Amino acid sequence: MNQILTYSVYGAAILTMLIGIFAILTKKNLIKIVIGMSIMDSGFNLLLIALGYIKGGTAPIFSPAVEGKDVIMVDPVPQALVLTAIVIGFGVTAVALSLVIRLYRKHNTIKIDEIKTLRW
Amino acid sequence: MRKLVIISLLLVLGYYLLDTFAGAEFGKDRKVLSNYYLEKSPSELQVANAVTAIVVNFRGFDTLGEVTVLFLAATGMGTILLRRRSKHTGLNPQRTSPEASKIVQAAGKLLFPAIMILGAYVFIHGHLTPGGGFQGGAIIATGFLLLLISYRQFKVEHKYVTWIESLAGLTFVSIGLLGIVLGPHNSFLENFLNVGTLNELTSGGVIALVYIAVGFKVAAELTGILDTLVNIRETGDID
Repeated sequence: MNQILTYSVYGAAILTMLIGIFAILTKKNLIKIVIGMSIMDSGFNLLLIALGYIKGGTAPIFSPAVEGKDVIMVDPVPQALVLTAIVIGFGVTAVALSLVIRLYRKHNTIKIDEIKTLRW
Repeated sequence: MRKLVIISLLLVLGYYLLDTFAGAEFGKDRKVLSNYYLEKSPSELQVANAVTAIVVNFRGFDTLGEVTVLFLAATGMGTILLRRRSKHTGLNPQRTSPEASKIVQAAGKLLFPAIMILGAYVFIHGHLTPGGGFQGGAIIATGFLLLLISYRQFKVEHKYVTWIESLAGLTFVSIGLLGIVLGPHNSFLENFLNVGTLNELTSGGVIALVYIAVGFKVAAELTGILDTLVNIRETGDID
């Protein structure tokens, strides 16, 4: 039973990553490539968060609701790392979009196969 | 054909990734370092939110780097986009998107103060409830985005954005440096204030102060990025 859960949860996260990579590799539209990068990012964040989950665990917050009770808390370190990763992902998306805007200004198209100077 | 090759390669990659992670059983307790954090966060720092304690105190230097990356992204965007526009592209210097409807404009005006207050609440209470500087800053930036998409003539004054950003960053670094001078172990970003009691607004010492600075910085940076992206045609004209 736990095996099925392990494979399905991690599988879903990895599938999200793969969908993102697929979009990056096959799409011709530069905006769609940036969206693919964001999807890949989300998949990786999902995987990290899933690794930190503990069965029956609560959020790692010592609120009055859990005071004095013997509760299991999920791992806070992956959550802190994902917080960082989300911000970095935002920065990557912003810079990528600005590069797309620059390419559009120069070539008047965002189709990657119409930008001739990128060919080799 | 090309897609088939890509899909098969991705499936191989996915298989090996899944095979690697399947060894780490889902939902199993494998905390080692986290146990230390979870123990020290409420006892030593009096911070209710363990994630905040890790982000700002235990891994505070990491957060400083993270804020720097965000700053670099905002600056890099400015450098990439605010170059002199070549003359022959013939872009219209006006924003071409149509004016938003009266409903959107009125709702934007109504929601904007509420979004500001929510954002401020989220980053001030970062050590007590889920949330913190990054989340609160992002919420505040969405408020500005709402105004940017509802009013075509709305522009963020980049001068003030830069000032807020620089001052907030300076506050963060100064608090870190004060930790060297005043902290009991003389290390960077160390807590030097009274930690207070758990689940009170004044608990956690410098964590709340650092997160307020981070909130202002992130809000200013994200607002700057959004304004650069939305008003790109106008700003592209700078010679």
